Amino acid sequence: MINLLLRDLKLSVRAGGGALIGVLFFLTVVAVIPFGVGPDLNLLSRIGPAILWIGALLSALLGLDRLFQTDREDGSLDLMLMQEHPLALTVLVKCLAHWIATGLPLVIASPLLGLFMNMNEVAIGAVMLTLLAGTPAITFIGAVGAAVAVALPRGGLLVSILVLPLAIPVLIFGVSASYAAVEEPAPFMPPFLILVALTMFFAVLGPVGAALALKNAGD
Amino acid sequence: MRLTAENIAAKRGEDLLFADISFVLASGEALVLTGRNGTGKSTLLRVLAGLLRPEKGNVSWFSQDAEAGARACEACHYLGHRNAMKAELTVAENLSFWKSFFSDFLGGTGSSVSDAAEAVGLQEIIHLPFGYLSAGQQRRMAFAKLLVAYRPVWLLDEPTAALDSGAEVIITGLIGNHLAHGGIVIAATHQPLGLTNARELRMTGFAGVGEGVW
Repeated sequence: MINLLLRDLKLSVRAGGGALIGVLFFLTVVAVIPFGVGPDLNLLSRIGPAILWIGALLSALLGLDRLFQTDREDGSLDLMLMQEHPLALTVLVKCLAHWIATGLPLVIASPLLGLFMNMNEVAIGAVMLTLLAGTPAITFIGAVGAAVAVALPRGGLLVSILVLPLAIPVLIFGVSASYAAVEEPAPFMPPFLILVALTMFFAVLGPVGAALALKNAGD
Repeated sequence: MRLTAENIAAKRGEDLLFADISFVLASGEALVLTGRNGTGKSTLLRVLAGLLRPEKGNVSWFSQDAEAGARACEACHYLGHRNAMKAELTVAENLSFWKSFFSDFLGGTGSSVSDAAEAVGLQEIIHLPFGYLSAGQQRRMAFAKLLVAYRPVWLLDEPTAALDSGAEVIITGLIGNHLAHGGIVIAATHQPLGLTNARELRMTGFAGVGEGVW
């Protein structure tokens, strides 16, 4: 299984892997906001955490459709379905590799983009921490959508639409935890712990659901 | 060791492709599927590999030391039309990934990556990305994948497609060797594979539309 993780990571950084597409899209979305909103620094710092979270959510959705599709196209998925080890475990490892390749760069890029939005250091730290805890959930939810749409040639947008409603709670609690860190009376821990719970919940449910969908996707 | 197929029927869309296919293959036996295009050879192989749910019937695997409840497809290697190798990775990376991912089935061990590449006659190019290889070389490397981990049953869909005559001899030699060591081979093919004592299942296609088989 560790070899599957390494293989997927290698594939994501080699030609056509697209590991950096998500982070470039994130950069683009967040960088144009100050131009659109105008040079109101107070407004920017107030909407900053929400903009970063929305940008990260959209970027995380961007590459999801390729999660199983490349393996299906070259026949690898067939062989993965035939093996003795449970398919849900294979899916979990593929999700982890996908998150390391596309989710983790978003977390790492977020402080830089926080500066664009005139956020103070506490807010930047809070957004980084909530993204770290929340983006895996988006990958796990997305795995189900990617598995359902695996046989469709242009499933990219469909996956995003299928997945977005389920990812909304992650966005809500991620943003509210980030705001709670900077706005005094609101407590930080309750929304943050719910965010962590969401991630753990979908880490179990996502791979099982995706495995079920892949098993029944036989052409 | 025994692979049993009982009354298998399968559909492609609404059309019933075949029905009531039954066979038992024991250690060292081969079955060759022949027939025109579109008569269901690949579909039958996918059913045997557990990738397509049969309309009716079942496939089972029996051996002395097998765990109860093991699916038949776990005892199988499947070589389909697609090679299941990544063009971006080198051949060695591809093969060693599959070696570790497959892990040997009970009762045998796979050969090392370099031995497997040598067996298909291409040991000097395993450092190249898979995408750089010619179609025939890719097919041979996909075949080498069957050697890196042990499986008693090989399901081969057109194993010699795109191969030159020299490579065909190598592949048929490897299939013969697998049979000699007690393996089971089921191959769909248009070329003769030069197997002695192989049984033949001639697929004729079935013109029933949607009436079901129950």
